[in-house]
Amino acid sequence: MAHGPAFETNSAVVKWIDDRLPIFSLIHGSLGAGYLAPRNLNYWWNFGSLAGLCLVIQIVTGIVLAMHYTPNTLMAFDSVERIMRDVNYGWLIRYMHANGASMFFIAVYIHILRGLYYGSYKAPREMLWMIGLVIFLLMMATAFMGYVLPWGQMSFWGATVITNLFSAIPVVGDHIVTLLWGGFSVDNPTLNRFFSLHFLLPFVICGVVILHIWALHLPGSNNPLGIDAKGKGDKIPFHPFYTVKDAFGVGVFLIFFSLFLFYAPNALGHPDNYIPADPMVTPDSIVPEWYFLPFYAILRSITFDIGIPFTDIVIIPAKLLGVLAMFGSILLLFALPWLDTSKVRSAKFRPTYRIFFWFLVVDMVILTIVGGKKPEGIWPVVGLIGTAYYFLHFLVVMPLLGKIEQTLPLPESIAKACVKKA
Amino acid sequence: MSTIENTVEGDDGVNRRDFLHVAAAGFGAVGAAVAVWPFIDQMNPAADTLALASIEVDLSKIAVGEGVVVKWRGKPVFIRHRTAAEIEEAKAVDVGALVDKQTDAERVLPGKEEWLVVLGVCTHLGCVPLGTKTGDDRGEFGGWFCPCHGSHYDTSGRIRKGPAPRNLEVPGYAFASDTVLKIG
Ligand code: HEM
Ligand code: FES
Repeated sequence: MAHGPAFETNSAVVKWIDDRLPIFSLIHGSLGAGYLAPRNLNYWWNFGSLAGLCLVIQIVTGIVLAMHYTPNTLMAFDSVERIMRDVNYGWLIRYMHANGASMFFIAVYIHILRGLYYGSYKAPREMLWMIGLVIFLLMMATAFMGYVLPWGQMSFWGATVITNLFSAIPVVGDHIVTLLWGGFSVDNPTLNRFFSLHFLLPFVICGVVILHIWALHLPGSNNPLGIDAKGKGDKIPFHPFYTVKDAFGVGVFLIFFSLFLFYAPNALGHPDNYIPADPMVTPDSIVPEWYFLPFYAILRSITFDIGIPFTDIVIIPAKLLGVLAMFGSILLLFALPWLDTSKVRSAKFRPTYRIFFWFLVVDMVILTIVGGKKPEGIWPVVGLIGTAYYFLHFLVVMPLLGKIEQTLPLPESIAKACVKKA
Repeated sequence: MSTIENTVEGDDGVNRRDFLHVAAAGFGAVGAAVAVWPFIDQMNPAADTLALASIEVDLSKIAVGEGVVVKWRGKPVFIRHRTAAEIEEAKAVDVGALVDKQTDAERVLPGKEEWLVVLGVCTHLGCVPLGTKTGDDRGEFGGWFCPCHGSHYDTSGRIRKGPAPRNLEVPGYAFASDTVLKIG
């Protein structure tokens, strides 16, 4: 198990507190020398702590923004411009928040891909994986509602298109949309509730992150070899080894973040969001933030109904099918621990899976590009193929590959594999 | 334990205590559900939002072949003064071949065929279709074109091509006089 030496202290005060509220023991046992982690974690294991840092950055900057922001359709846009121009360092804090959201998604996407590559979603870490997906869904909801707050053209029309997705639900769809809006269109009641929820959800995410770490610390971290770390010399104390490694990652991350923050703060945003929202004019094209593009591409790729051939009877209209495909593409990941039938975790020992993994990455990049294009010319076809491949990967390739793939021999233990290399 | 020993059991092994447990839990569940409802319903449109007054539009300045956009309940409404050719085109369509089968007559007031009044909200995902301003792209069927995902509407506001599932909605309206239209 993941337990190292128990917490010890020379300070009578610390001991007195710890006997009554074992908070120092808790920290020692989960982030200190008391927590043992595999000795061979590589830099892909840095992105969990980086995602945590992003959450902290979003909350701190968000609370400050909320001190100056006004959630009212008549004043929201101007209040954000005031933050940019008049509030001391307001520009910095808003750019940190807006770019911080992108950094958060970059960190989390790499974190998820790490899990896919090294098989971290497999037994005994299924709950850990699924809780991670819950965090991802909450993040998407939070970021979507945050983007509505500045009340620019993309805010308004993004909100209109996304809330209208729910109208695809049979029978109750239109009622749900009215309920979400609190009116007959995206308007002041919508902005108010989005602000309230945008404030709340990050704290819900904090709670779920604690569950995530709890579920992590039972089996302990997976590792690049994907084998269980239970042999002698397989593990090292989290502190100082991984606290230092994570801190180094934070330094590199802050440099990357600063490049956007200080040199290209609007590179990841859409210029139309600097035009105040106008319910009477739809922008030339509605593009979501970059981190939603693959899913937006999946949504738009479906333009055909499913019905009984040679009749007019439609079973699933195109609009509903698109919505189902989009939500399905994420919900599918909850089933991944069981869709993947391979006994071997790490792609290091799965030569064929390794190729398919990179195909999937390329597919996601293509879908991201398609999601940003107008649905004209070649793009709808590319989007449809990309969508089909995405589902094929998880529903066909993963189950079959585990059965037929010739995996490479696994090392006996982490310690053996590491020492041999040195 | 003593409470259990003291309970009278029926022939089927169910006793009064079981009944009390189920009844109490059921009562609590119904109560909780009732208490939740206000918290859901508060999200629905408030009384003042619902009370948004109807609007009146002066039609006298809209020349034949032109259109206007007015705002009603926070949404755009398209009013088009159709040409004779546009009306003919709308009537000539084979209704059986439409996605959302409606004749032109079902979408205008009798005797007022020249006025087409529809919500300017694409039935796909809610964009405002182009085609009201002169010079706009009116799509392949001379009505409106939604640039968001490429839906084409005809001169009766019916969906003809693209992902939108339904015709542009016709709001409730009436003529207050020959030149004044009342929506809502
Ligand atoms: C999971 C963490 C969070 C994410 C991913 C996130 C994301 C976003 C995004 C994408 C925007 C739009 C930025 C723009 O284009 O201007 C935004 C705006 C905003 N957020 Fe957050 N946010 C988070 C946490 C918070 C928290 C905890 C608060 C406050 C308690 C907050 C308050 C605000 C405010 C007031 C705005 C509007 C001002 C502006 O647009 O810059 N956010 N958020
Ligand atoms: S919103 Fe009009 S085509 Fe999608």
